Amino acid sequence: MFDINIMALSGQLLIGLINGSFYALLSLGLAIIFGLLNIINFTQGAMYMLGAFVAWFGLDLVGLDYWAALVVAPVLVGVVGMLVQRFLLRPIANENHLYSLLLTIGLAMIIQGFFTHLYGSSGLPYAMPEALKGGFRLPFMYLPMYRAWVVVAALVVCFATWWVIEKTRLGAYLRAGTENPQLMQAFGINVPLIVTATFGFGVALAAFAGVMAAPIYSVSPEMGANLLIVVFAIVVIGGMGSIAGAILAGLLMGVIEGLTKYFYPEASSTVIFLVMVLVLMLKPAGLFGKEA
Amino acid sequence: MRINKLYLSLLVLALLAPLVLYPVFLMKVLCYGLFACAFNLVLGYGGLLSLGHAAFLGTGAYTTGYLATRVGLTPELAILAGTAAAAALGALFGKLSVKRGGIYFGMITLALAQLVFFFYLQAPFTGGEDGMQGIPRGELFGLLSLEDNLTLYYFVLAVFLLGFWVIHRTVHSPFGQVMKAIRENEARAMSLGYNTDDFKWLLFTLSAAVAGLAGSTKALVFQLASLNDAHWQMSGEVVLMTLLGGVGTILGPLAGAGVIVTIQNQLSGGELGNYIHMIMGAIFVICVLAFRSGIVGEIQKLAGRGFSRQGR
Repeated sequence: MFDINIMALSGQLLIGLINGSFYALLSLGLAIIFGLLNIINFTQGAMYMLGAFVAWFGLDLVGLDYWAALVVAPVLVGVVGMLVQRFLLRPIANENHLYSLLLTIGLAMIIQGFFTHLYGSSGLPYAMPEALKGGFRLPFMYLPMYRAWVVVAALVVCFATWWVIEKTRLGAYLRAGTENPQLMQAFGINVPLIVTATFGFGVALAAFAGVMAAPIYSVSPEMGANLLIVVFAIVVIGGMGSIAGAILAGLLMGVIEGLTKYFYPEASSTVIFLVMVLVLMLKPAGLFGKEA
Repeated sequence: MRINKLYLSLLVLALLAPLVLYPVFLMKVLCYGLFACAFNLVLGYGGLLSLGHAAFLGTGAYTTGYLATRVGLTPELAILAGTAAAAALGALFGKLSVKRGGIYFGMITLALAQLVFFFYLQAPFTGGEDGMQGIPRGELFGLLSLEDNLTLYYFVLAVFLLGFWVIHRTVHSPFGQVMKAIRENEARAMSLGYNTDDFKWLLFTLSAAVAGLAGSTKALVFQLASLNDAHWQMSGEVVLMTLLGGVGTILGPLAGAGVIVTIQNQLSGGELGNYIHMIMGAIFVICVLAFRSGIVGEIQKLAGRGFSRQGR
């Protein structure tokens, strides 16, 4: 355990950073949706899977390449999300929020069941885009280009989202809507529209992550389900209080998971849940959360 | 007296049912029914949505399976131990999760249950993907063999009635009344001097124990404890059963379990077997959109006054 293999360690760290990028994108989407709608969106994993499938369909059926898919998939899935919010979630928005949550569980089951029915549970391969093949030879490790791209792209998207929410006028509306939707409405701002758009954007982030995941993990109907549970644990660790918290907790947990894979592989699938237990005992509001 | 007549006729029905229906099917309904009743205790009477109840079902099943197979305990002791193990796990889960109620509660219980799932996946005694097979049904108190399906059925019915009685007593006790107050208005209950977290924790632990009882019994019925019992899909199924039957009604979860088990039995193996998850999801969505009171809730509405809510 003590003679550390730098190559292997940095390799696991990189994988951790990549997983962390996906965690960050997904928990960011959850946090944004939670902020305005006050619900946990259980379709987030299914939307991530849908994003990957749009990319796969695109390449297979209409020759839509990876770069186009990075734009098309989030837009398409975002529209699906907005339809879901408008026609399924809005009618029950005044009921107990648990019902909205249960509705998203049911929807996730339908979507995942549908794709499992069509494609079984084995994965479909998605070709790596030409421009991102190859890699850099660093002194201590080999860095595949695609993996570097994933980390950079995820960070850019996360940062841009954070910037829009915290620093722009549109973001100010969002934050105000989180604080007091009635007052916003009274000021003449179309709150229901903002809520629908926010839901669409939240799931679009998941779809974006799905497209980026397609060349690394194979595209499969179950790719989102188990990932989502890990992301829930991360949301609990980070706390829902801040946008930045969701991003940072995602990246941090990815790295911790990567380190665990190197030092104690048996615990790699459980380490994030164990960290969650620890955080719940020491700081119940989460690392970045505010006490409710 | 109406309520007693209802229960009495249901009991007669349950006693005669194996003459008409296959006992194993009935036992499956009873086990899942008890599991759903336990789940309903936290959701319906505590207002807490647990998404990790499969962990208790699985823990009950594995504990009973291990003790009955390896240690050779008699069934009643193995079930008792399984129930105790699930209760202990529930107490632990509860300590961690009730503090952060509301929207976090579901996520925390789901994540904790996933942790338990991975433990059972990797632990050497569970048989991994194959599960624990060939669990002996044994002899009750070392005297009465439970190998026969019909004999086992009446044993399972007795276990169910015991669990059901515990839940019924809890709901209608002063403790249950406080729980309802907490569900309706936690801040007010707190201001009356109740430590609401302690109440929720106790309710959750009790629910876990009964869920464990259901899992333990199920392990003897099917002579199998597998990862399915502890999988998150099982946690989802129990939510669905309760929702379909009627959240917060005493008999609803049993009715919901009956319907879901029947659907699953009918579909599996048939042409529609592939669609099972989609159908379950669709029932979920329809229940939430248009059928929030569930089967028993709707019947109560039609009947004008509640069967189970008379105790209020």
